[in-house]
Order: sequence, then C-alpha cells, then structure tokens
Amino acid sequence: MRDEPSPSPRPRPAPGDVTGEAPAVEVVGLVKRYGTKTAVDGLTLSVARGSVTAVLGPNGAGKTTTIETCEGYRRPDAGTVRVLGLDPRADAARLRPRVGVMLQSGGVYPGARAAEMLRHTASLHAHPVDVDALIERLGLESCGRTVYRRLSGGQQQRLALAMAVVGRPELVFLDEPTAGLDPQARRATWDLVRELRADGVSVVLTTHHMDEAEQLADQVHIIDAGKVIASGSPEELCRGGAENSLRFSGRPGLDVASLLTALPAECTAVELAPGSYRITGKVTPQLLATVTSWCAQHGVLPDRLSVERHTLEDVFLELTGKELRA
Amino acid sequence: MMADTAETTEPGGGPGTFAPRPGAAPLGRMIRAQAALETRLLLRNGEQLLLVIIIPTLLLTLFSSVDIVDTGDGDAVDFLAPGVLALAVLSTAFTGQAIATGFERRYGVLKRLGASPLPRWGLMTAKTCAVLVTEVLQIALLTAVALALGWSPHGNPATVALLLLLGTAAFSGLGLLMAGTLKAEVTLAAANLVFLLLLFGGGVIVPLSKFPGGVEAVLHLLPVAALSDGLRDVLRDGAGVPWSDLGVLAAWAVLGLGAAGRFFRWE
Repeated sequence: MRDEPSPSPRPRPAPGDVTGEAPAVEVVGLVKRYGTKTAVDGLTLSVARGSVTAVLGPNGAGKTTTIETCEGYRRPDAGTVRVLGLDPRADAARLRPRVGVMLQSGGVYPGARAAEMLRHTASLHAHPVDVDALIERLGLESCGRTVYRRLSGGQQQRLALAMAVVGRPELVFLDEPTAGLDPQARRATWDLVRELRADGVSVVLTTHHMDEAEQLADQVHIIDAGKVIASGSPEELCRGGAENSLRFSGRPGLDVASLLTALPAECTAVELAPGSYRITGKVTPQLLATVTSWCAQHGVLPDRLSVERHTLEDVFLELTGKELRA
Repeated sequence: MMADTAETTEPGGGPGTFAPRPGAAPLGRMIRAQAALETRLLLRNGEQLLLVIIIPTLLLTLFSSVDIVDTGDGDAVDFLAPGVLALAVLSTAFTGQAIATGFERRYGVLKRLGASPLPRWGLMTAKTCAVLVTEVLQIALLTAVALALGWSPHGNPATVALLLLLGTAAFSGLGLLMAGTLKAEVTLAAANLVFLLLLFGGGVIVPLSKFPGGVEAVLHLLPVAALSDGLRDVLRDGAGVPWSDLGVLAAWAVLGLGAAGRFFRWE
C-alpha cells in the first residue's frame, strides 16, 4: 500500500544505529477506523534506531492514532506494526519497560505532587536516571511539591516528558511534547530531545510546528488524512528544486499569469492561499524590483514581502493545500 | 509512608545520562510503591477522608450517645458498631474507590500506567492493598471509638475478618464496575447517592426490621445489609459462621468482579 508520492525515505546515518537490528518502529499499511471514520488509511513508515523522527501533520491527520497504535493502545484494523521488532499488543509486557510514553495530555493523578509522581514512575524501573537532576534539568524545582492539577500547562507537559524518559528507555514516543510551552520551555524540551539522541535513544515525536521538525528531526514523515504524503530528512523535503522563494501578501485573486510574464523564464508564481503569493526561482535584486514594480502597476501593496528559503510549511502547503496549524 | 525510592540512580547531567538501560523494577517493589502512592493520595484527599473516616466516626458517636433510632434491645453501640464497620468497608472499597478510579480513568492515569512496567493485574493488586490498608486504619479507629462508648464485642475474629474481606471483594467489584463504565462525574454522583441510600436502607444504623416485610426481604440481599447483619450476628450475638450472609456477599463478589473484569474500560 505505497501509493503515496513520497521522496525516497533515506534516513541519514544516526548514532546508535546498529545494523542488523530491527528498526525502532516499522509500520506497514496501517488502517484504523473509528466507526465510519477512517483515522489512519494505509500508513507506512519506518523509524531508524537512534534517530529522531518527527510525524508532522495538522490536527486530525492521524498522528496520535498512529503513535497510540505503536504504544499498544489501539488494535490495527489492518496492516502491521512492529516496535523494536515486537508486536505492541502481543509483546506488551516485554516492550513496556523499554519504551517511554508521553501522552498528549493527562496521565498523572490530579492530587499527586510533581516530584512525587516522577519519583514514583522512576521506582517502577530498574535503572532510572537521577530524579532530582531531571527535575532541575526541566526547570521543575520550584513546583516539585505542587499537586498536578495546580501546575501550569507547561509544567504539566514537562512533568509528562520527564516521566517518559526517567526509566532510561530505548525508544520514546512524545505526542506533541511542546504544545502549550513558552519559547524558553520549548528550547529546554528541544535540548532534552537532542541529548536523548546523542545518548542513543530513538525518539518519535508528533508536532504541528514545522520549525520543530526542522530543528530536531533526522527524518520527517508528513501525514495528512491518515496517510504519509512525504518522507525524508528536512533538507531533502525542503530542497524542492527551488533555491529560494519570494513571498508576499496582497489582495486575493491577482493575475498570476500576468506577473509570470514579467518574470524570468525559470520562475514560478502561485497563489498558495487566497491573498498569499509565492514566487520561486533565483531571487535576485532585479527580480525583487520586477515584482514590486509589477505590484505598483497593479495598485497592490505587497504586504509581508519576504525572501525565504523553502520551508517544510511550503512543502506541506504544496502537498495538501492546507495550512499546517489550521 | 514513603514511596520506595529507586535503588540505582545515575548522576544527572553530562553525556550518557539517558543512555538506554531499560528494565522493570522487581514486581514486589512496583506493587508496594503503587499501593503506597495510592494510599497516600487517598489519605491526603479531604473529600475521601470525610467519607471514609469522619462520617463513619460521627455516625457511630452520635447515634450511640443520642437515642435517635430505636436499635432494639441492648446497648445501641452493640447494634451500631458492626453496622458502622460495614459502612466503613462500603465507603472505602465501593464509594471511595469508584470515585478515585473514575477520575483516574478520566485523567488518563490508568492509560499512562498501562504503558509503565507495572502490569494491569499489579495495578489492581496495589489498589486492593491501598483499600485494605485504609480499612485497617478505619477499623482500628472505629473499634477504639466504639470501645470507648462501651462496646462489648463477641465472636471469632477470623469470622469477622472473612466477612470484611468478602465484603471488600463485593464492594470493590461493584465500585470498579461503575468506575470503568460510567463517566467520572456520573460515578461521583451515583457512588455518593448509593452510599447515602445504603446508609439508611442497608441495615447500618436503622434495623431492617423497621421496614415492611416484603421490602425487608429484598434489603437483606444488599451486600451492605449482608455484611452488617453478618457482623452483628458474630460481634453482638456471638454467633458462629453466618453462612447465608457470606453466601450473599460471595454472590455479589463474583457478579461484581466478573462484570468489572468483563466491562471495565481503561480509557
């Protein structure tokens, strides 16, 4: 079931990638339906050991269902899922100590104190990391004695992250680890993910922030409507042929064909979304002048005019016609 | 009560902190840690304390000292103490456990624990241990209060323990059935309502003989009625083994635990 138009998935070699071992995660033709709604529709992806893999997509794309199937919470309607070479449901008892899980929300007793809960989670493992150091690492010292329901959203997220990594797992699943975090806490989370990777832990995270995927991931799988629509390293996905692009906003429905005639032959111009335009090609000072003078002729003030390199967001928009954070 | 602390830890920071070294803690240690955590959380929760400690103690003291309900011949405390012990078991194993577990399900605690090395049966064992520890504390306190009020218990302590254990099994099954199938808010309301109804209609403080004959016969089949009746037979009247009450409790335990095992949803 590989009908997706995906660039060939070629993960770059990662530390801790041991040849001959099963991939960290191998999902083939996964289908999951809830009633009449198909949440995951023939999804195939693979996660190399020791790598950071981002599953990117808008809300409702099937990210959480896919992750939760890998975690053993959901039974596939079709297809196969292997985690560290094992079946997440049949081999659950063997997998649980080896896999760290951060749910999208919740997972902690409302009346448990932050440090108490982390210490408890550590006590379920044979060789946990030092709890106090981890608390400090994630900036939770000030709220160690605060009960979970009184923590801020960001503190709750960081506690859940700490609980996922405290048992020294081989593989962690992080479902939207930075949702609701302020920029500083987001950085701390990114640093932790990088450290996990450096220490040889395989990381699978979901996100709808393309910058997060670009920053962290060795491999990105873009998901839409329950299918992988593109896979590759951020560089591979962003290369997209164009060197860079010029973007601006104006009134919707400008005559793109007329603009195109004014531009050099190798350029393209598209209206990505109503009122949002992108020109790709070799962006030179001359090209910029051409575009602005064309705008002047047409009585358009090019708002938010910017020269950009191709981003994952562009890739996503091209592939799906949708905004990532819709 | 302290949680078991991890035996092996690594110094924090620096490279290699997170180098994979997975493994489950020994099963006994996991269950002990889980039971200690759940007991601590229960004893720290104000509403739970009200339910499992304050209400039974107040009822025992109030109704023993003030002649509100006609409890038949003999000292009121000899009638009330067994009933309140049954109520204590009901409050912890049924009402308290149903509400706590319902909210744990709602907040994804059960789901997250399902991904931890602690197996589900280990979690249920830990929950049972937490319930039993709480019951021991309740029974110690209520016994002391009842003795101070002039209670003179009779009978075989082993029979009493058997009744309390079967009662715990019956109430736990029903409480978990409720927590695992209904929404948390519904469980909260229903478990409190059932507690209140059984307080008055379960032979706890009002003798069932006060009810009309047909109603009384039906009420006798309630688990809390069987437990308070059985405890009363032994503790007040010095009877032997109250087989019919044990039978009723065993039937409820099989039904409740069976249905909970069948219908409990973890998410």
